[in-house]
Amino acid sequence: MINVKRLVLDVLKPHHPNALEFAHAVAATSPDCRVQVTVLEVDEKTETLKVEVTGSALDFERVHEAIGQCGGSLHSIDEVEVCSGGSGGSGGA
Amino acid sequence: MQWLHRARLWLDITRSRGIARRYFVVNGFDGALTMLGLIMGFTISGASDLVVVLNACLGAAIALGVSGVSSAYVSEAAERRKALAELEAAMGKDLGGSAHGHAARWVPLLIALVNGAAPLFISLFILLPLWLARAGVPLPWLPLHTALGCAVVAVFLLGVFLGRVSGQHWLRSGLQTLFIALLTMGLVWLLE
Repeated sequence: MINVKRLVLDVLKPHHPNALEFAHAVAATSPDCRVQVTVLEVDEKTETLKVEVTGSALDFERVHEAIGQCGGSLHSIDEVEVCSGGSGGSGGA
Repeated sequence: MQWLHRARLWLDITRSRGIARRYFVVNGFDGALTMLGLIMGFTISGASDLVVVLNACLGAAIALGVSGVSSAYVSEAAERRKALAELEAAMGKDLGGSAHGHAARWVPLLIALVNGAAPLFISLFILLPLWLARAGVPLPWLPLHTALGCAVVAVFLLGVFLGRVSGQHWLRSGLQTLFIALLTMGLVWLLE
């Protein structure tokens, strides 16, 4: 069983919902999810975020869906950390 | 509860809470003053047939409600569509399935309901003494005078609500709107 432990995403989203509401929506995708949002750039109608999501078994599709529900657009998956069974592993994209 | 949560989210992301509040007060005020003017007109005319008074006032209340719903829906739907199109252009993607897309479809309806319900329900509150009198319930004053009192109270409470929204003292704001109600009654009185 391979579990996703950590994701670092580059996301473009409208100003509303704000970063806090956005983080809440992403955190609601799994029970032990920890979300860290950093606003990198603010434009007239949009903002670019670095979203770091950590948890014991993240569901990427649900995270992606939550971002879309907030009106956001996933630009890239910048870092991932997955583990199979008891061991861990990491990689970048 | 899920629907309430979503409605709050849609109102927040479109920044429409203030608009709904403004519509509630503006159209609620319209409803209250229209009823006040009508009942004042019937009072100085010496109208005694409560059925005629009730039907005339109810007709006006329904018209205000329908007008409120339709006008707010048409204008808000156009505004929301424009705002969504601008946001989609900035994002470079279709937002129809997102909270913004849902908000663009539902917020105009929510605001339209507030805009229509405010004058309708405030009018029904003002007409309550007339219904009670027709049903044989004894009132402390004449039915038309009691309804005028209800209208004045409704206008005063709208002022109190405005005061709480703006942070102004509730009594000062309530007295301001009360003055408008009394001015309206005075102007109608001049018709006599």
